Amino acid sequence: MTMAATDAMLDTPPTPAGPWRRLLRNRTAVFAISVLAALAVLALAAPYLTNAQPLRISPGIRLKPPRPQNWFGTDHLGRDMFALVLFGGRTSLLVGLLVTLISMSVAITLGLVAGFYRRVDMVLMRLVDGLMAFPSIVLATAAAGYLGPSVTTVIVALSIVLIAPVLRVVRGQILVLRELPMIEAARAVGVPDRRILARYLLPAIMSPLLVQASFIFSAAVLGEAALSFVGLGVGARDVSWGSALAEARNYIQNAWWIVVFPGAALVLTILSLNLLGDALRDSLDPRLARR
Amino acid sequence: MTDQAPILEVRDLSVSLPISGRMVPVVTDLSMSISPGEAVALVGESGCGKSMTARAIIGLPPPGAVVSGSIRLEGRELTTLSPRERRRVGGRGIGFIFQEPMTSLHPTLSIGQQMTDALRYNLNLPTRVARDRARELLARVGLPKERDLLNAYVHELSGGMRQRVMIAMAISCNPKLVIADEPTTALDVTIQAQVLELLIAMRAEIGLAMLYISHDLEVVAEFCDRAIVMYAGDQVEAGTPVECLKMPHHPYTRGLVDAIPHAGEARARLSPIPGQVPSLGSWPRGCRFQPRCPRQDDRCATRPELATVVRSEVRCWHPLVGEVS
Amino acid sequence: MLRFLGQRLLLMIPTVVVPLVLVFLLLRLAPGDPAAQILGDQASPSEIAALRSEMGLDLPLPVQFVLWAKNIVTLKLGTSFFFKQPVIDLLPQYALVTLQIALAALFLAVALGSILGVVAAINKDGVLDRGLVGVAVLGISLPEFWLALLLIFLFAVTLRWFPVSGYVPPADGLLASAATIALPALALGIRQSALITRMMRSSMLDVLGEPYIVTARAQGLPEAMVIGRYAVRTAAIPVVTVAGLSASYLLSGAVSIELIFSLPGLGKLLIDAVARRDYPVVEGAVLLIALMLAALNLIIDVVYALLDPRVRMG
Repeated sequence: MTMAATDAMLDTPPTPAGPWRRLLRNRTAVFAISVLAALAVLALAAPYLTNAQPLRISPGIRLKPPRPQNWFGTDHLGRDMFALVLFGGRTSLLVGLLVTLISMSVAITLGLVAGFYRRVDMVLMRLVDGLMAFPSIVLATAAAGYLGPSVTTVIVALSIVLIAPVLRVVRGQILVLRELPMIEAARAVGVPDRRILARYLLPAIMSPLLVQASFIFSAAVLGEAALSFVGLGVGARDVSWGSALAEARNYIQNAWWIVVFPGAALVLTILSLNLLGDALRDSLDPRLARR
Repeated sequence: MTDQAPILEVRDLSVSLPISGRMVPVVTDLSMSISPGEAVALVGESGCGKSMTARAIIGLPPPGAVVSGSIRLEGRELTTLSPRERRRVGGRGIGFIFQEPMTSLHPTLSIGQQMTDALRYNLNLPTRVARDRARELLARVGLPKERDLLNAYVHELSGGMRQRVMIAMAISCNPKLVIADEPTTALDVTIQAQVLELLIAMRAEIGLAMLYISHDLEVVAEFCDRAIVMYAGDQVEAGTPVECLKMPHHPYTRGLVDAIPHAGEARARLSPIPGQVPSLGSWPRGCRFQPRCPRQDDRCATRPELATVVRSEVRCWHPLVGEVS
Repeated sequence: MLRFLGQRLLLMIPTVVVPLVLVFLLLRLAPGDPAAQILGDQASPSEIAALRSEMGLDLPLPVQFVLWAKNIVTLKLGTSFFFKQPVIDLLPQYALVTLQIALAALFLAVALGSILGVVAAINKDGVLDRGLVGVAVLGISLPEFWLALLLIFLFAVTLRWFPVSGYVPPADGLLASAATIALPALALGIRQSALITRMMRSSMLDVLGEPYIVTARAQGLPEAMVIGRYAVRTAAIPVVTVAGLSASYLLSGAVSIELIFSLPGLGKLLIDAVARRDYPVVEGAVLLIALMLAALNLIIDVVYALLDPRVRMG
C-alpha cells in the first residue's frame, strides 16, 4: 500500500470524522437511504394509496395501457399494475428484511463459533462447501413442494441459502481477530470464551456485518423475485414484483408496462441496497475509504 | 569532493502532497549535488521528507504529489521530460534499492523473470543473454551459485538474500547512480552489516555514485563522503558525516548526536531532543526546529538561509561552533 | 504439486456428498407419493402399492439409503419415472445446453469484467472510472430475468436479430446454435461481468499501491508492462475466486433464463423433475451438477497454483 507507506513518511493522523457523519456526507448514500425510505413508506401505505385490490381480476379491462384509472396500466388478468407494484413491494421488502435477519443471526452465531474453535470450524466449513455446491433451485423447489409455495417457504429457502456467504465473512474476520494481542491477552487472564465472543469479537465485526446486511438484503430481494418469477416463490395468495413479472414474457410485444413498472421498482430497490452497501463499506472501513 | 561535473544535481526541490483536501509541503527548497563515485547521505528522522526526496528524484512520487525545482542527471534536466522518457531514466540512469525487499519484489514472478524483464527491456538483451547476465549479477552480490535462484520466488529467500537480489536488480542495467532508501532497516542486525559491506564493496568496484538514505549518522559516517541532515522537509546542515558527528553546528544535528547511545555509557547521559517532530501541515513559521530548540529567540521567526559555518552549510541563526563534549 | 492436488481432491468429497444426501432426504421426506403421481388419479391403491414396492419406496428409509448410495457409487442412476429412459442417457443432452450457455456467459463475464476493471482502476477517480463504477453497480442490480425480458424486447422483438426463444443444438448448425444462446448468455453474463469488474477494479487498486509496483517502475519498465504483467498478475488472484463463484452459479442452471428462452437445460430439467417427483432424474442431475462443481473447484485451485507460487508450496 503506497498510502500506508506515505503515511509512515508523513506521520499524519487521518482526519477524525466519524463513520456516520462520513456516511451522511456521501451523496450516493443519502440518495440510497432516501429511495429505500420512500419505497418502505409506499409499501406500508399501499392500502391508503390505492383502492384497487391487487389480486382482483377484471377481465373487462385486460392489458389496458397506463391511464387515469390505472396509472401503471393493467395486466393480462385486468389487475391494476399500480396496486400490484405497491402491494408487491410489501412482500418483496418484508421477505428481504426477514431473510436478512434470519440468515445473518444464524450465520453470526455459527461464524463466531467456527472462527473461534478450530475443530468445529473444520466440520462446519466442509458442510458449507457442500451446501454451496447444492443447487439452491433444488432446495427452493423441494421447499415449495414440502411447504407449498408461500411467503414462508421463500423466506425459509432463501435464509438457508444465504447463511453460507455471511458465515464465510464472519469466520474470516474472527480468524484474523482471534490472533490479536488483545484477544490473546483476554484469554491468558482467563476471560471466559463466551464473554470474549460477545464482548470483544462481536463488536469488532459489526461494521463488516452491517455492510454484509445490505448486500444480503439485496440478494434476498433478488432471490425472492427470481423464485417468484419461476413460480416457486410466493403463492397465488400473495403478489410480489417477481410474480407480477411472471407472465410478462408473453405480453412483452404489446404491453410494455407489465414489464417496466415492477421491474423498475425491483431494480431501484436492489440498486439502492447495493449503493448503500458500497457507501457503508467506504465509510466504515477507513482503509478502503481513503482510496 | 571532486571537481568533475556532478552526476546528480538537485536545485530547489520542493514536494507537496494532497492531505485531506489541501496541498501540504513535505520537502522545501532542497539542493544537493553528487559527483561521480561520491556517496552522499540523506539523514533524518522518519517523516522528515528524505524518502519523498528520493521518490521525487526517480520521478515516482505518490499520486497527487506536486514536485517543483530542477533535477539534473548527468546534465540532463529530468523534470521537463515526457513521462515516457522520464520512466526510462529508472534502471539505466538511476538504480533504486528499497527498504523492504519482501514487499518490493514481486510475489508471483520469479527472481529471474523480474531481473530479465529489466535487462531485456533496458539493454535490449535477448532472453538467454539476459538470463546469463542475471545469473552473473546474483553471483556478484554474493548469492550462492549452487542454488538456482533465477527460478526462486521472493518468499523462498531469507531477508538478507532478498536484499542482495534487490541490489543486483538495482545495478543490473549499469546505472551511474544508485539511490538506497534505508536498505538495511528491515533486516536483522547481523545481516545489516553484511548488506552494508556488500553495498560499500559494490560501490568501490563499479565506481557508483550513491545517495544513501538513513536515520543513522554513525553508519553513514563509515562510508559516505557527505551527509545532508534534514528536519521537517528542510535541509538543516550539510557537511562531511564525521564533521556532523564531531562538530555539529545545527542544534538539531547536535540533538541527534547527543541521542546516540554509546556502549558503556550510563543511560542517564542520553539526552533525547525534547518535544516531537511537528506533523505535516503544522510546521512553524521561520525556523522549523525553533519550538524544540534551546537556542531559540525572536530571530528564529524568520527562516534562516543556508550559510557556511566552518566547513559545513547550516540553516540556523545561532549555529554551534564548539566540539561535542 | 501432486500432494497439493491430492489434498484438494480430498476436500472435494463433501462438496459432492453433502448435496446428494440432502437431495435424498429432501425428496423422501417431502409429501407427495411418486407412485401415485406417475399412475395418475385413476390408479387404484393396489396398483400404487405394487409400483411402490417395485420402486423400492416401501422399504425403510435407512435401507433405501444404502441401496441408493450403492447405486450412486456404481453410477447406476436408474430410469426416469417420467421419460421412461435411463437417466444416464438423458442427462448429457440437457447438460450440454447448460454448459454451452454457462461457458459463453462466463467468457463474456471474465473478458469484459477484467478489462473494464483494469481500465477503471488505472483511471481511478477519472470520468471513465466513475462511469464504469456506476455502470457496474447498476449491472449487479439488474435481475437476470428482467434483463432477459428487455433483451428479448430489443434484440428479438424489435430488431429481430436473434430468435425470441428455443434451442438449436450445435450439431444442427453452429451459427444457428450460437444465435439461440446469444441472448441467454448475454442476460447471464452482464451481471457476472459487473461483479468481476468491481472485483478486478478493487483488486487492481490494492495491487497498484504495492511496493513491488514502485520497484517495477523504478526499474524503468514501461507502464503498459507494469500494468499488464506486474499488476494484473497479482490482481487476478482474488478475481479467480469471484469468477469461480460465477461459474458455479452458471453451471447449477440459471432456471429463470432457461424458462424465459425455453431452453432444455439442467435447471429446467431439475425443476420439472422435482415437480414430477422423478427421483432418479433429480438425483442424477444433482450428482452431475455436484461433480461439475467439484471439477470446477479443482480447475480453480490449479489456476490459483499457476498464478501464485505461494499456494503451490501448500
